[in-house]
Amino acid sequence: MAHFEKANSLNEWLDQRIGVNTLKKVMQSEYWIPKNINFLWAMGMVLAATFGILLVSGIFLLMYYQPSTDLAFDSVNYTIMTEVGYGWLWRHVHGVGASLVFLIIYIHMFTGIYYGSYKKGRELIWLSGMLLFVLFSAEAFSGYMLPWGQMSYWAGMVITNLFSGGSLHADGLVEWIRGDYVPAQAYLSRFFMLHVLLLPLAIIGAIVFHFGTLRLPHVNNQEGKEVDFAESARLWKEGTTESRRKSEVIPFSPVFLSKDVFVMGVYFILFFYLVFYHFEFAMDPVNFDPANGLSTPTHIYPEWYFLWSYEVLRPFSTDLGLIAFATAQVIFFTLPFLDRSPNVAPANRRGLFHLWFWAMLADMLVLTFMGKLPPQGIWSTIGLVAAITFFVLWIALPIITKFEKKL
Amino acid sequence: MNKELKILGIVAAFTLLLYWGVEPFAHSQMHKHVEGHGLVYDGTADIEEASKDKKEVKKKFWSEVKEIAKLKGDATAGEATFAMCAGCHMDGAANMGGVTPPSLDHAGAIYDKNFLIALIKDPAMATNVDHKYPNGDMTHPMGSITTMVSAPQDIANVVAYLKAKKAGEVTPKEAFTEACGRCHANRYGKLTQLGEIPKTKSNIKTNQDIDRMKYDQKVATEQNALAEYLGKLPPDLSIMYRARSEHFLDTFIENPQANLKGTAMPRTGLNHEGFEKVMEYLAETGDPSAPARAMAGPWVLLFFFIFTILAYLWKQSQWRDLH
Repeated sequence: MAHFEKANSLNEWLDQRIGVNTLKKVMQSEYWIPKNINFLWAMGMVLAATFGILLVSGIFLLMYYQPSTDLAFDSVNYTIMTEVGYGWLWRHVHGVGASLVFLIIYIHMFTGIYYGSYKKGRELIWLSGMLLFVLFSAEAFSGYMLPWGQMSYWAGMVITNLFSGGSLHADGLVEWIRGDYVPAQAYLSRFFMLHVLLLPLAIIGAIVFHFGTLRLPHVNNQEGKEVDFAESARLWKEGTTESRRKSEVIPFSPVFLSKDVFVMGVYFILFFYLVFYHFEFAMDPVNFDPANGLSTPTHIYPEWYFLWSYEVLRPFSTDLGLIAFATAQVIFFTLPFLDRSPNVAPANRRGLFHLWFWAMLADMLVLTFMGKLPPQGIWSTIGLVAAITFFVLWIALPIITKFEKKL
Repeated sequence: MNKELKILGIVAAFTLLLYWGVEPFAHSQMHKHVEGHGLVYDGTADIEEASKDKKEVKKKFWSEVKEIAKLKGDATAGEATFAMCAGCHMDGAANMGGVTPPSLDHAGAIYDKNFLIALIKDPAMATNVDHKYPNGDMTHPMGSITTMVSAPQDIANVVAYLKAKKAGEVTPKEAFTEACGRCHANRYGKLTQLGEIPKTKSNIKTNQDIDRMKYDQKVATEQNALAEYLGKLPPDLSIMYRARSEHFLDTFIENPQANLKGTAMPRTGLNHEGFEKVMEYLAETGDPSAPARAMAGPWVLLFFFIFTILAYLWKQSQWRDLH
């Protein structure tokens, strides 16, 4: 039995038992963040807040949602929208949040790419972040099934069909995933389970891991500069105005957090503007028709955040398209290893890589636009060129970074 | 600070470009644009889209409608002629040839005058579904009207009567029931093709509601007849307001053929008032949270404005002496 003194305060009592003071130091007051950052460094906390909003709104929706093919559509569109007090608010918050979380994920990703925040000890930050991206994608897809509208049904049909592997004709695998020959009750039940239990658990775990990978390498800064954290921390802890000015770091809480909260405030204004006045962008009209296996919608397309990878799939023949699609899903994982340059610096100081960054961003935008349009005429051609460009850029990456001048 | 604004500008520009590409631009390319005609029914669109052999017939038909519209109708004489209409268009009317004749209680208020004239003259032509009756081996359920009321003056009289006596104040729900409700249910509005779902009670000992079962059976019979006649059961319109754009509904209601070539849906001939009322009802069942949103929205935004200002002041106090 360990020896315990009588505690004089609640804090002391807790500190004796679970070390709250150490915890506070490690996670807040002595978790050092470089000073030289901009608002893009707040996207992580913005994402955490958005995930929190999705979790809370999801819990409220879960109390009324019915995961049955007969009742799902009306439980969402009638019960929640009409009979539940503020049910509409939770639903619109959940829908808008699901769309915005991807916007912020993409901003967060491209910030990391631009500033080179994935190398020299930060590889695991990137890899765990990509794992989160994949988990969020699965969460978004499974959630999209739940209202059981036309787009839920047909997106489910199209995406699960991909697992047949083209010429491999692995139809048994597709049936195993669906639990039936077509998306039906078994399918809805399991995607409901994935959406409200397994995937959220995995996401929470992955978020903790993502934060963990960040603690030792520390976050990057605007110049990609290697900061002497020990020296800067000493200067900060000295506590005089002069020494704090000299220090290159700030503690996570309260200094960094105060800026995060301000950025979150601006973000929430946009978020709730969309919730109240422009929510329809996040809820496809086609999904307000109940699922009907006998009537295929004129256009089937995923939500905007999957369009670029959908367009990598579409312009090729079945087998080639599937290989391209599968590659595109995982290619971003390889970024820390395909980037052969030792430089950790913003892209604008990295020569050809600067061009590569904007070309990749532009190409993914073009792919996204084409992914929604019907694959006809000029749109198909542009989509094909953009899909090929996507792979050419990835093949070029190790070559151009290999010859990059060391800064 | 300036650098941060520059970065924000770039992020915002890309976000807006992304939005433009996947929303307004994509939708402008995905759906064919259909021009509305302001709920005026003079046959322009019908003649334009008609096949060559039909063009002349349609031209003649709509020019005759125009001539009848010029006649001065006598409402009193029209009332007597209307007795023939009331034989079918009455409360509790039976299904005839697939569809139950709708109530005409507010016909003068919600339907366009030219359309009513055309409808009495030739129902298939007026509703732009004449393609369904090519050889005359099957007639429009209201086809017999052409033999009952055919003289131009009689038509003008009936329409004058409808416009004078069947034009009272109409509620959104009545407009929906009369113009759409014979074919389309609205389950969120608790309407079937037979009208409002009656209140029934279950037996407390067996939990069986026999009256409801009987009603459901009647609805099923009606729906089967409709599906037989129209080729499919017309969709429930509960949340059509969310499922289609306003422009689509606008042009579709005016002329279903323009958006969905070959559809069995007849034109309903709604005028502006009728259209507004029907849309009001569709919004009521399809987007019931609109009033609550309008009420809560400004307060939530105000909260976050104040939140952001306070957060900014906190941030300034924390970062004041850092550089």
